[in-house]
Amino acid sequence: MALNRREFLKLVAAGTGAATLGACGGAGLFGRRHARVVVVGGGFGGATAAKYLRLWDHRIEVTLIERNPKFVSCPFSNLVIGGSKTMADLTIGYSTLRSEYGINVLHANVLGVDPRKQSVTTSAGVVSYDRLIIAPGIDFLYRDGLAGLASEAAQEQVPHAWKAGAQTVILRKQLEAMPDGGVYVLSIPKAPYRCPPAPYERVCQVAFYLKTNKPTSKIIVLDANPEITSKKGLFTKVWAEMYPGMIEYKPNNAAEEVDVATRTIKTGFEKIKADVLNVVPPQKAGGVAYLAGVVNVDNRWCGVDFITYESRVQQNIHVIGDAISAPLPKSAHMANQSAKVCAGAIVALLNGYPLATRPKFANTCYSFVNAKEAMHVAGVYQYDPVKQTMVPIADSVGVSATWTDIEGGYAQAWANNIWSDALQ
Amino acid sequence: MLISSKPIHGIAVLLVLCYGTSTQAAPDAQQRQLSASCSACHGTNGHSLGGTPVLAGLSREHFIKQMQDFKSGARPATVMNKHARAYSDDEIEKLADFFSAQTRRHEDAPK
Repeated sequence: MALNRREFLKLVAAGTGAATLGACGGAGLFGRRHARVVVVGGGFGGATAAKYLRLWDHRIEVTLIERNPKFVSCPFSNLVIGGSKTMADLTIGYSTLRSEYGINVLHANVLGVDPRKQSVTTSAGVVSYDRLIIAPGIDFLYRDGLAGLASEAAQEQVPHAWKAGAQTVILRKQLEAMPDGGVYVLSIPKAPYRCPPAPYERVCQVAFYLKTNKPTSKIIVLDANPEITSKKGLFTKVWAEMYPGMIEYKPNNAAEEVDVATRTIKTGFEKIKADVLNVVPPQKAGGVAYLAGVVNVDNRWCGVDFITYESRVQQNIHVIGDAISAPLPKSAHMANQSAKVCAGAIVALLNGYPLATRPKFANTCYSFVNAKEAMHVAGVYQYDPVKQTMVPIADSVGVSATWTDIEGGYAQAWANNIWSDALQ
Repeated sequence: MLISSKPIHGIAVLLVLCYGTSTQAAPDAQQRQLSASCSACHGTNGHSLGGTPVLAGLSREHFIKQMQDFKSGARPATVMNKHARAYSDDEIEKLADFFSAQTRRHEDAPK
């Protein structure tokens, strides 16, 4: 904010003594009271951001608004669908964020955001902020022939299971109820979508379950993309070697129409009636991003500054995780990384510390091909000050040679550590 | 600034007032960001829960050698060979400084 001389003198006069002293050294530039940061969304991004704000400056008051009573991990949820993990293995409470870090965890829905008043209206009252972090994840686009999928009832018939929790259980139960010889159809949306390798991991997990329990069943993959979007060589190989004859992969087949009652799906080339129909619709930023006015890319994603994650279009509002527009995979690992860069930047901004101007972080994404063996894709990304975005470091990008149970062990270690990094 | 008629940036003014009165030293921003990026696999501040090496409390020399060995392939790994190649010697030293300053809780933890 720019001040002229008269405004400056008034500010100094008003702010002498306690206010200016309070303005320094971590109480923030806000006089006597502490700085307040509100985080919307308690997933991999939001929970991590809330914790690291407190870890790095315990004078900042942090409120975390999350509508669900517990955290349920999308990573590893495909193994619940495959039958080797339970929902309890994926579910973690928020109590440690309260007790260890003094975060005010508020279980409520966000009804509105006022960027001028700097307040968030929730179903449990109004919360004011100095800085707001929005980590809303994704929501689905139910346009045209997919409009019939918008209701909760429709999604109970034709689940996406792309937000872990009740949907995961619904899909698993449908597979358990499917007779031998049945057909499971998975519809994959055009990229970008949450977690590039996840649909192909799901195919492995469903095949793993069916091979042992319902071996004459079939899997049809209708992929809107022209080819497998992640670990292509490895998935193609494991499907052929581990699950021969079970999987038909059909690229360039975006879902155009879904009849929920008959579980029939139409694409440009196919019309298939499924026993279990799993449609993952195209995606956009989670709803709170629209309430805050930070969705400025294709009316779907949020443009941000990659040093601070501040919105390009709203002051004092930061966006992290899947909702951002970025040349980065929409992964839990990335949400956790963007959260830490964002938290560090906000602590720096509130204290007048220097910012980290060349952020650099890695992403590692594991996919399980059965109950025990996994494979990864990994890469390190660096901030490019000329392009003003994150770019991959070529030498660091790659995939596993093949799937192994050693990597399955590393995948579990990753999960345990990232869940703890976000929530404990 | 007081005698200038040009607009003054308010934040800069408050920062000038703050200079010298802050009781908390600014952290090394780059070191903080780089070290925090390891925690998804290695735990907050390098306190891995298991399965991956505990970085917290590793000696500075050991940390640097492991990263150089990952880079060269002398220490075979699944992911770390690729990751290590992305970090400069200077960045590796900053990481080594950070992790060696953390408390090592279990001396027999994996390195």
